[in-house]
Amino acid sequence: MDMVQTENLVFEYEKRDEEGNVIGASRAIDRVDIDVKEGQFIAILGHNGSGKSTLAKHINAILLPSEGAMWVNGRNTSDPGELWNVRQSAGMVFQNPDNQIIGTVVEEDVGFGPENLGVPTDEIWQRVEESLKAVGMIEYRHHSPNKLSGGQKQRVAIAGVVAMEPKCIVLDEPTAMLDPVGRKEVLKTVQKLRQQKQVTVILITHYMEEVVDADKIYVMDHGHVVMEGTPREIFSRVDELKSYRLDVPQATLLADELKKRGLKIRDGILRKEELVEALCQSN
Amino acid sequence: MSIKLEHLNYVYSQGTAYEKKALNDICLEILHGEFIGIIGHTGSGKSTLIQHLNGLIRATDGKLYYNGENIYQEGYDMRKLRSEVGLVFQYPEHQLFEIDVLTDVCFGPRNQGLPPEACKERALEALRLVGLKEKYYQSSPFELSGGQKRRVAIAGVLAMRPKVLVLDEPTAGLDPRGRDDILDQIAFLHKESDMTVILVSHSMEDIARYADRLIVMNRGTVMYHDEPKKVFEHYQELEKVGLAAPQVTYIMHDLARRGISVRTDVTTVVEAADEIMRALEKAE
Repeated sequence: MDMVQTENLVFEYEKRDEEGNVIGASRAIDRVDIDVKEGQFIAILGHNGSGKSTLAKHINAILLPSEGAMWVNGRNTSDPGELWNVRQSAGMVFQNPDNQIIGTVVEEDVGFGPENLGVPTDEIWQRVEESLKAVGMIEYRHHSPNKLSGGQKQRVAIAGVVAMEPKCIVLDEPTAMLDPVGRKEVLKTVQKLRQQKQVTVILITHYMEEVVDADKIYVMDHGHVVMEGTPREIFSRVDELKSYRLDVPQATLLADELKKRGLKIRDGILRKEELVEALCQSN
Repeated sequence: MSIKLEHLNYVYSQGTAYEKKALNDICLEILHGEFIGIIGHTGSGKSTLIQHLNGLIRATDGKLYYNGENIYQEGYDMRKLRSEVGLVFQYPEHQLFEIDVLTDVCFGPRNQGLPPEACKERALEALRLVGLKEKYYQSSPFELSGGQKRRVAIAGVLAMRPKVLVLDEPTAGLDPRGRDDILDQIAFLHKESDMTVILVSHSMEDIARYADRLIVMNRGTVMYHDEPKKVFEHYQELEKVGLAAPQVTYIMHDLARRGISVRTDVTTVVEAADEIMRALEKAE
């Protein structure tokens, strides 16, 4: 089943002069077609200003298409009657954990989402407990969020989304502000949610290592989808990626450097384990 | 130029229920022309530490010497210190505010009391140094991309011609190319102008590529202070405190464990490729 689908999606920002009159429009998204199946792990890459975050904000109807359409879980996001259904289907996690946490106690923060959905109190507490367990933060339920580390805060933010029981979670650079272990914690949590709850995950990131397990990668540039494929397909096109201001994972980069020095090594290496294995075999 | 910290302590909200020791007995010396990397988990005290370097935060106790002078002594010229030690905060583009790029970059030198012509000259020089194209000089800073805005913000500090440039995660949130561009530019500045650079980062790969020496912060104390190669040898200890080694360092350790005799104190991709080739050729 399709979880997120767009058809010729266009989004234009209006440009206004000092009096507030519209003097033109700039296209942040230009005729994008994407198709995400239920349970998939999808990554969106692209340089700053390529349109990825604008696209992400369409998935839970923070922004609505100027032209074309976006369907989430079979519902058209432009239909005002479907707004709450859309938002319940797709939850968002943003870059800065401090901007997403509003509660003074971890469990209250996580309960905020389901409470807004009108979930009965008993069930709210049940969901809070389950979500905090799912992200590995249950022992912090009575803590104040502002005493947590960045990775822990981000996991609380994810729990807040999970408690709304969405079918799809969109993460917009969730690790950009975290230290290495915080990054690992967040990514592990996301993978665990996929396995346990079969949620569809859409991850936007600037770290190439984070997307090697994706089912599919979309690369955006100037509002267009310019590349689409599996990580192996995408990361074998090094020069093209670089032209879009992107990069490849370090293991791929090292494999490439070794090839340049004349070593015969197989194509399509993405993970450090694969590289180590390939080198041990050739030895 | 030298900066010396002696038994520096800093306590947040001292005397209240929220009292927290952010820096604990820090002793450090940073020499002229060094490129220093600072790493540490979130909340380890990195940002608190760097805000001491230009006197934005005053230590609870301990001493901080800039060029041999204690900056906490009475009558010390803090204004001068602040124009010599330039601090670029996290997400510095949030501090842009002027109507156009050039005017924004002039703000620092204008505050230093320089005449308008000199301010403009400094601003142009700084914008050239960060590699921003001239066609943007008259644009509103808010019309630029994330990477460009950040360059403008860094130029705003460079225009004061600091002797020490301190940057707090200057590449957070930038795309890979934007990351490389900014760091290459900083490395270039460091080389060309013998400016001392202090770089705070969560990217072990970046730190390994650029820094001569590394300061590792953990819970308000200095855990290591050494060359990157030597620091990253302690990768297991680093993981325990929220950090890691660069990816290639892990690859080298894995290879060594599997019987390929490579050196493990390798931290960059190019170095790793050379070392693997050397080991494989020798084995044949």
